[in-house]
Amino acid sequence: MRVPILKLGNLLIASIQVELSDTGARRFQDDLLETVAKSDADGVVIDIAALDVVDSYLARILSETAAQVNLLGTKAVLCGMQPAVALTLVEMGREMLGVTTRLDLDQAVGSLRRKIGTQQAEHG
Amino acid sequence: MGERVIAVDDVDGIIAARQAGREMARIAGFGSIDQTRIITAISELTRNALIHASGGICTLTDDSDDKFIRIAVRVDDHGPGIPDIEQALADGFTTIEGSYGSGLPIVSRLLSTLVIESEPGHTVVSAAMSRHRSDLR
Repeated sequence: MRVPILKLGNLLIASIQVELSDTGARRFQDDLLETVAKSDADGVVIDIAALDVVDSYLARILSETAAQVNLLGTKAVLCGMQPAVALTLVEMGREMLGVTTRLDLDQAVGSLRRKIGTQQAEHG
Repeated sequence: MGERVIAVDDVDGIIAARQAGREMARIAGFGSIDQTRIITAISELTRNALIHASGGICTLTDDSDDKFIRIAVRVDDHGPGIPDIEQALADGFTTIEGSYGSGLPIVSRLLSTLVIESEPGHTVVSAAMSRHRSDLR
């Protein structure tokens, strides 16, 4: 089952609702990048509120995906990390430094809109 | 006490082992953070077996007694083995993103104990999480 990627104005929202297999995680990565490229979105939110475990493999995929999205000129934000997940990621040394995070979907969308708005104002 | 054996031949096995681990840890009396540590460790170890040995057997045991609550995780595989166990424990634990090892150092940080025995054809990783009952609220 693929992770659905929804369009919200100029943003893409992907909410991971199920435990992903390795193939599923890589497919999500491919799908998201393809969609970013095709849709010319300004921002992407990856919501992991439904995940109560993130192991080092998935942490790597999420980190890579955010970096790849950023390389395409689109801002990536990760939101919804559960406290126990944040705690174990830091303990593992896999805390995904360099990935912008927000507490929830609301804050993620709000912060992206502000960032993008500022950028557009600066560049006229 | 309780014991569950899960065959890990594909990703469904990892998921099954995680779910079994979650349930056993909860029943033993571990809090949600410790449950997450245990499941994450199970995920790391079973994924290792899948990647390096095409699969393995995960045995989960509730070894709790009246002083301690304890869950033991053991993963057996018949893969090529770990040539340098010390190196495997040193590799992978790095704050430099982009450098990934076997996940064993991760498990050693999450759980209370970790024992690795490996030779070509058979690797056994045994780990456990223990908490003193008086430490629990």
